[in-house]
Amino acid sequence: MGNAEDGAPGAAKLVGANGREARAAELEVKGICKSFDAVQVLREVSFTVRHGEFITLLGPSGCGKTTLLRILAGLEQADSGDVELLGKRILSLPANKRPVNTVFQSYALFPHLNVFENVAFGLRARSFANAEVNRRVDGALDMLQLEEYPKRYPHQLSGGQKQRVALARALVNEPELLLLDEPMSALDAKLRAEVQLDLRRLQRRLGKTFILVTHDQDEAMTVSDRILVMNQGTIEQAGVPTEVYEHPVNRFVAQFLGAANLISGERVRTGVKTALGTLRVRHAPAWERGTLAIRPERVRVAKGNPENNGIYAEVRELIFRGDHFEVFVEPGPLRLKVPPGVQLKVGQKVWLELPLEHLEVLAD
Amino acid sequence: MIRTATTTSSGSHRPTRLVLWYGQLTTRRKLLRRGWSLVGVPAAWVVLFLLIPCILLVALAFCRRADTRGEIVWTFTLENFHRLLGYTSDGWSGDYLRIIVRSIWIALVTTVISVLLAYPLAFFIASRKDRARYMLLGLVMVPFCTNLVIRLSAWTILFSSQFYLARFAVWVGLIGEDMPLYPSSFAVYVGMVSSFLPFAVLPIYTNVERMDWTIVEAANDLYAGRWRTFMHAVLPQTIPGLMAAIILTFIPAMGTFIVSNILGGSKYMLVGNLIEHEFLGVGDLPFGAAISFVLIVLTIASVFLLRRHEKAVETA
Repeated sequence: MGNAEDGAPGAAKLVGANGREARAAELEVKGICKSFDAVQVLREVSFTVRHGEFITLLGPSGCGKTTLLRILAGLEQADSGDVELLGKRILSLPANKRPVNTVFQSYALFPHLNVFENVAFGLRARSFANAEVNRRVDGALDMLQLEEYPKRYPHQLSGGQKQRVALARALVNEPELLLLDEPMSALDAKLRAEVQLDLRRLQRRLGKTFILVTHDQDEAMTVSDRILVMNQGTIEQAGVPTEVYEHPVNRFVAQFLGAANLISGERVRTGVKTALGTLRVRHAPAWERGTLAIRPERVRVAKGNPENNGIYAEVRELIFRGDHFEVFVEPGPLRLKVPPGVQLKVGQKVWLELPLEHLEVLAD
Repeated sequence: MIRTATTTSSGSHRPTRLVLWYGQLTTRRKLLRRGWSLVGVPAAWVVLFLLIPCILLVALAFCRRADTRGEIVWTFTLENFHRLLGYTSDGWSGDYLRIIVRSIWIALVTTVISVLLAYPLAFFIASRKDRARYMLLGLVMVPFCTNLVIRLSAWTILFSSQFYLARFAVWVGLIGEDMPLYPSSFAVYVGMVSSFLPFAVLPIYTNVERMDWTIVEAANDLYAGRWRTFMHAVLPQTIPGLMAAIILTFIPAMGTFIVSNILGGSKYMLVGNLIEHEFLGVGDLPFGAAISFVLIVLTIASVFLLRRHEKAVETA
């Protein structure tokens, strides 16, 4: 949705981030654990990030993504584990000694400082010469189209402007790693979509490593090179957006990213026996009883009885969604998305196909 | 939500305006009557016991004392203020001015010490867990449950020559053998700070409790060390609490006479003592009123100055 690369085959080649050669691991997170009182928030989280990658930590609230980000920023202490940034272990460094900057969810601008001084804060803290501060701050304000408001105070800015100041304030320090904690949650939907694209372009242009925390799957797919889907303190799946979307590994990922038809079934010799009949799958599942998944837009309306995984179904509901129709059919209930060109009527009986290449065998 | 509608009440041709007030249909007059019945008693109280005495006090300040004790001659004269400035029939004396300056000085020092003690204390209390926090706040407020005179008298016992504090002072060499620690300026300061500390703690505490700590985190994230973080992320956020604390400590410290009376000895004069002396001792009501008037003006002026400064700090 809104992402041109969603279904494009071969989009997985984006891993190298637009032709830039992937260098050695920039950030290495190893076995991070964290508990608050008796609640375990992070369970041995490990991943690596290459230089210049845009990584998204995606998950529902309470999955530990923000805690993980705060540990990287130095605002929270990990119970165990290790983090290496450019080969240096950083967990023992206090927040103000790390080459890492953060864009906070609430922006956390200094209310008594104007835009210029907000952006200059980090440079002044490191005793940069005045001329250098002016040069860099002006550059950052230019980059984020804030050059007209250097004298304004935070309370005189709109939400979008505040967000850009927060971004400028972090980027002006040229950090090795930029952390973004749901920076768009306070913006309205239209502005958010715009800012997402801006952010992605900005990151590509600067070639810096960004880690973004969000619970918005659209946002994650729009901006990131790679998505780490988190749930209950662990990473459920990591991969490029197309891979995570097209080949979810388990029920959680399938349901959290977009809509999915989950079909529970039982393994038999010829495939998986489900309420829709016995379905053929690409590879034999590891389980006895488990789940198959297929995206609504991948269910095909066939002309006749297809060769594989054909289902003869009755249209029960038709909902017009502008660029497509959402259709619910029985048996199922199976949800599908069909382009407006395909004419269907409620009560009509049709042949559907669950194409082999899009029918995913989930791990659970 | 108030909505009005016009309707004709039965038997009359004059329209009555009906008012919908919080889901209740009523008339404007009924609402007004209800409002006045709520406001009336406190308003009358304030007029009777605050406004009228204040006007009387100001008027009294411009009157003259008759030769007979307590009598007042209702004229208009600036005599009392001349006298306060030090002009007497025998020439000029700076005694009264010195008392006023000393009062301001002592109130200022008390305020500074109280706020300096209260500021870290407020942070300490606010950082505790719920139960400990309420306990500590309770402890801060316990002195309010005791009469001020009793509390100050307790200090006279603690400062007496037989008690350890005085003995320690003797041992260190601050005072001579067998001397009590009071009456002295030191005792007055201790009494003042201990009396007014809660007034400083509570507003700062409420401020600290509402503080936005992500701004502190942001400063930390932007390479700020302790001092820079404090100056840019903590202090600006606590300015309102600090101002309230300063005002709430300074005003009573300016007007007090009990503390200086009990712990400062008979020769220790503050504006408060002077007013008390004129009203209750000498019975010169017009002169006492004039001093009170000056005290009020000085206090309001300093609060006003502080407010102006606060605004300047906020926009700086």
